[in-house]
Amino acid sequence: MPHFSTDVLVIGAGGAGMYAAIAAAQKGVSVLLLDKGQVGRGGATIMAQMTVAVALGEQEPDSVALHLEDTLKAGRGLCNEELSALLCRDGPARIREMEQWGTRWARENGHIKQEMAPGHSVKRCCYVDFLNTGPAVAATLRRKVSEIPAIRRVSNLAAVEILARDGHANGAIALNVVDGGFVTIDAKAVILAAGGLTKLYERNSASANMGGEAYALALWAGAELIDMEFVQFFPIGHLAPRLVGMDPIMWDPFRYKLGGKLLNGKLEEFIDRYGSTDFGKYNATRDIAAYAILKEVEAGRGTPHGGAFLDFRHIPEAQLRSAFGPVIDRLLANGIDLTKSPVEVGPMAHYHMGGIRVDANMQTRIAGLYAAGEAVGGANGANRLSGNAIIEAFVFGARAGSAAAETALRSRSDWIEKFAAHALSRLQSFASVSNGNGIPPISLQAELQRLMWEEAGPFRTGAKLGAALARIEEMQKNDLSRLNIGGARQFNLDLQDGFELRAMLATAQTVVRSALGRTESRGAHQREDFPAPDDAYLQNQMLELKDGKLESHWLPPVRFLGVAPIDD
Amino acid sequence: MIEQAPKTAVLRVQRGAPGEAIRFEDFEVPYEEGMSVLDALRWIRTHFDSSLAIRYSCINANACKTCMALVNGEVEYTCIAKLTPGVVTVEPLPKRPLIRDLVTDVISEDEKI
Repeated sequence: MPHFSTDVLVIGAGGAGMYAAIAAAQKGVSVLLLDKGQVGRGGATIMAQMTVAVALGEQEPDSVALHLEDTLKAGRGLCNEELSALLCRDGPARIREMEQWGTRWARENGHIKQEMAPGHSVKRCCYVDFLNTGPAVAATLRRKVSEIPAIRRVSNLAAVEILARDGHANGAIALNVVDGGFVTIDAKAVILAAGGLTKLYERNSASANMGGEAYALALWAGAELIDMEFVQFFPIGHLAPRLVGMDPIMWDPFRYKLGGKLLNGKLEEFIDRYGSTDFGKYNATRDIAAYAILKEVEAGRGTPHGGAFLDFRHIPEAQLRSAFGPVIDRLLANGIDLTKSPVEVGPMAHYHMGGIRVDANMQTRIAGLYAAGEAVGGANGANRLSGNAIIEAFVFGARAGSAAAETALRSRSDWIEKFAAHALSRLQSFASVSNGNGIPPISLQAELQRLMWEEAGPFRTGAKLGAALARIEEMQKNDLSRLNIGGARQFNLDLQDGFELRAMLATAQTVVRSALGRTESRGAHQREDFPAPDDAYLQNQMLELKDGKLESHWLPPVRFLGVAPIDD
Repeated sequence: MIEQAPKTAVLRVQRGAPGEAIRFEDFEVPYEEGMSVLDALRWIRTHFDSSLAIRYSCINANACKTCMALVNGEVEYTCIAKLTPGVVTVEPLPKRPLIRDLVTDVISEDEKI
């Protein structure tokens, strides 16, 4: 069986993972960078066509303090303010570093161009033309990673367990998708950079591979999770006609720049029925838009694909072209002519505010176990400000990489063959459950996605959440042990799906448990049976495993500790 | 109103791994205007035969560039190759070593074990 020894292991090679690998290698340690797909081509970063929020102050005066103020306001009182402050403070240095490494941020008049986005007080969001931000930054990081000999990259290797003993992480076991075998990894420090859980939901806007594995791996290793109930649903994700080659959340700037009308299935404007006005302004907030769309669908006034129409037919073609020229052509190539017919949009899972609980060095309560990027919980509280996700990947990736390297430099390998063998035999028995009469894991994944969408989606009730929890626990208890995962060795996706399902169920359980626990509505967590915010819940909800059982406790959020001077 | 029979596409997909008999299997897939070849392959995995080996990540953004195959004899990204009603042949890339079904070895040498 293949075995690796490394100083720092990075799990997940999206924006945060690649940044972490670079930062660790720069401290002089060896790095093993894994991705279950291809290094630098999976995860959320590469899908993000939009913008990066950062207080560069190039477009107009701005400050770290003002970016922080906007971030905390969006977070509805639940941000870990120390993490939020780090995100805002280190952002400018990361953006300039990326520029040195080759990212061509859009410029005008000799400075980086920054745009307005919802929730920001100033023009703060930089980007790469044209709707190419994510692919461009991923390409920069891929190139940089490949130039550093100390970073060993491995594609198609899916981490399935962190090895941790006596509160200390010492490696991992991964599934080699190519040949169906396992790989053991001895590491002095481990960084979980495989965050995001959009794949838990039937309707989602991200890559196909974001099943929430980072949260499950952290939980099983003994780390705590924080605020797992806060899944961000993007209100006007693209539903139909089928649109390929584009980010499904692309309509937001169209709507607020050009004034797209939201219409129900009967072609009536409806936002005004839900306590907001949209007439002539088209600026209803995201939460109202999402609520109004889903309520219209519930009342039988949805569109054929279960959403609302977004209509631009009142906008002259010249105006559409001057605002979004090249995008209009890409839409036409998809058979979408905005001057002739509306598109269908609706809420979809987009981002996860909750995640792994870490300190300012991105370390969990397990020594040597770190998190980076979307895997980290707390920086965005109950609701994330637009543009904060990619900067979070860079900033938290860099911090986790540096801190993990320092830990590795002062540690010795703690690899114990017998301990790894024990974990391995458990995983091997799961992998060999092949039951010809069983259920293919992908079918159960599809069931879980529907269940989470219907019972634990944008608008929740105790009854629905209770039903979701019961079914998830039943699937864990009964179905995981009788999967049909086939006999092929090479590229057996059933086997990969099976391990993914195991993690998806564990993560879904934490989301539903936390959503049941928070009997109020705040930010992205909306309970129809508790529709108002309740100050008693101005607290973070922690989850951990105790004797195999999920337990929760509450703590007041970490308040602002001051922005320390930049130390790197 | 006259009910129209729902349109379908037939995907003729190459199956098998090195050392096995290479064969073609036909899968009938419901067709919707605008759908991609990858949409159809994913439909087959979810509803019909989950053992079909395919490689993809971003689903539909043409961002990850990992879903290439031969579609009707042409090298295409399956995520942006439009499906058409009727028979569509899908084969693995011809110039790469075959792993299984539609998956070939496209990983650079320094990213392997």
